[in-house]
Amino acid sequence: MNKTLLIFRHEFLYTIKRTGFIILAFALPILALLGIGVFHIVSGITKPPTEVTRIGYVDEAGGFDQFTTQGNITLVRFDTQEAATQALITKDIKEYSVIPEDFISTGIIKRYVMQRELMPPPTTMTAIKNFLTSNLLAGNVPTTTVERIAAPLNLVTTTLTATGVVAPEQGGYGNFVIPAVFAVLLALAIIFSSTYVLQGLGEEKENRLMEILLSSVSTRQLITGKVLGIGAAGLVQVVVWVVSIPLLLNLASSSIGGFLSTIKIPAGFLALGVVYFILGYLLFAVLSAGVAAISGTVREGQGLAAIFTVPAVAPFWFVSLLMLFPDSPIWVVFSIFPFSAPVLVMLRIGLTGVAAWQLAISIAVLMLSIIGGLLLVAKLLRTYILMYGKRPDLGEIIRNLRSA
Amino acid sequence: MLAVDVSHIVKSFADNVAVDDLSFSVAQGEIFGLIGPNGAGKTTSIRMMMDIIKPDSGDVTILSEKLSEASKNKLGYMPEERGLYKKQTVIDSIIYLASLKGMDKHSAEEKADELLNQIGMLPHKGKKIEELSRGMGQIIQFIVTIIHDPELVILDEPFAGLDPVNTELLKRMFTDLRNQGKAVVLSTHQMNEVEELCDRILMINHGRSVLYGNLTEIKSSYRSHSVILDFEGELGEVPGVIEKRTHKGYVELVLDENTTPKQVLERLVSTGIVINRFELATPSLNEIFLEVAGKNHE
Repeated sequence: MNKTLLIFRHEFLYTIKRTGFIILAFALPILALLGIGVFHIVSGITKPPTEVTRIGYVDEAGGFDQFTTQGNITLVRFDTQEAATQALITKDIKEYSVIPEDFISTGIIKRYVMQRELMPPPTTMTAIKNFLTSNLLAGNVPTTTVERIAAPLNLVTTTLTATGVVAPEQGGYGNFVIPAVFAVLLALAIIFSSTYVLQGLGEEKENRLMEILLSSVSTRQLITGKVLGIGAAGLVQVVVWVVSIPLLLNLASSSIGGFLSTIKIPAGFLALGVVYFILGYLLFAVLSAGVAAISGTVREGQGLAAIFTVPAVAPFWFVSLLMLFPDSPIWVVFSIFPFSAPVLVMLRIGLTGVAAWQLAISIAVLMLSIIGGLLLVAKLLRTYILMYGKRPDLGEIIRNLRSA
Repeated sequence: MLAVDVSHIVKSFADNVAVDDLSFSVAQGEIFGLIGPNGAGKTTSIRMMMDIIKPDSGDVTILSEKLSEASKNKLGYMPEERGLYKKQTVIDSIIYLASLKGMDKHSAEEKADELLNQIGMLPHKGKKIEELSRGMGQIIQFIVTIIHDPELVILDEPFAGLDPVNTELLKRMFTDLRNQGKAVVLSTHQMNEVEELCDRILMINHGRSVLYGNLTEIKSSYRSHSVILDFEGELGEVPGVIEKRTHKGYVELVLDENTTPKQVLERLVSTGIVINRFELATPSLNEIFLEVAGKNHE
């Protein structure tokens, strides 16, 4: 068998047997299945609250005597505050509020409860608000207008394509969830896989196995076999996710519904995910090999690798800015910058989409970076892979690269 | 066919000339010693022979050809710094590294079992490398070096860190390799180790060749005109002896130019002393090196 293939096979099998690899590959599908299972168990044993809650009120302002049923909350009128307090103590009511005489001018409602709370429950707030509004407007405007004032807006947005027809992807959180989750996994897969390259080469250098390997194979065969072997293992991870995401989504959507049924996988997203994994991984793996070559120990190499792993995860730090200003030209620049491209492109696909020309440039720049990285790293490897001891400084590396 | 033919190789790192115009050859069926102090350029020379690094100038031919992927399979190399995949089992490590030398899995496993059994390590084949002692690890490394039945075996400091039992075991295996017609290149700074094993040597210092040739001939050429004598009794004047150097447990007798060791022995026997040991005083390789290095220094 070809020696590159032998190294490929060894690295692939060695990587997929790693505990960290197995956990990362199957954590998402298993957790999602568990989540769906737990939902069914919990929803099976928990009944939705149907009991009517009674809350009291004392109307000192006068005129608040209609609309006392607000959803599951019934408002019970008391003539005096003492009577309301007594009812609260005997747990006849859950809480009560006093509408003071000067409510119209101040807007103040005094609320009394028996238990400390962080803030008033939103359902109670809404019930009291609607009760007050309805009574204030009663007789002045039609009933339908009262209802509209209580819930003035139900915004339904439709995204149109350039030709004016309804777009297949309508955006929103439903469109963003999968790319966002996938971007996290992609970043993890790229970083873990390239770390395996760094660890593998670093250990072989640290263990002095490198010389034995190089007495049997060439540096090119060693690096090619290793990078592709570990990359193939990483690809298995990505494929597990790419296959399981639609299946899990269908399962969750049909069995749970709600928000989950609005989640959509953007068109071409999974294919782009695979493309960006392959390119992102190759770039990081090649650079990891270079870092391993110049580092004396694995630990030292991992410290150095932060130079390019930090930009890879940096898009996550700015995700809120990305959501607020998705069209800023800065994102276009960083979608082309090869280190941040894989994660940022995934996130942007979920938010607003990425123009085809940007994708083309981003992919082309990534490819060129990989080729440039390969040429640079090949020189580094030849020069430093068998040098032990002190790590060369940048000036020394540049001098050696020039003379190589 | 020469196993190794090195011709005028030079290698520099930055301003330091590590190997300076070195030439030597190794024949099949011999143990060749590449000796010299630490930092002499032995490992750099070996790495050039193995095509791990390229010489700045000069040529290296291994088994009559430039080293290629195919000819790498005919070499066994045990580097100075040893290491194996710590988390892998002994047998998996051996099989993987043997496969990189062109062996298929089945024959590698069969040969590994045979070699492990030969040295009594078969029960350890399922253990992880990290569970083995340092000495055992080195023996496994040696098995990795020879499992594919190489025609040329290159060993860099093979005895470093080994206990006497394992050292003897390795020496026996080296001799077996020579007897099978293999070429063995043994690089070491421990010159006493090569004296009993090597047929020919190359002694290098500061990257340059200082001594090269048949070990017995080299030692003869550096032999002083004196004999070693361990005796009981009173040693008076012996005709033909111009100087007596007393050492712990023996005396070195320096002979004049016209006296042979045989004549001195006859004269000593005639004095009636009890002779426990009588031999030609041959300098050790270490002494020869110090003499040669001293001359070069001057």
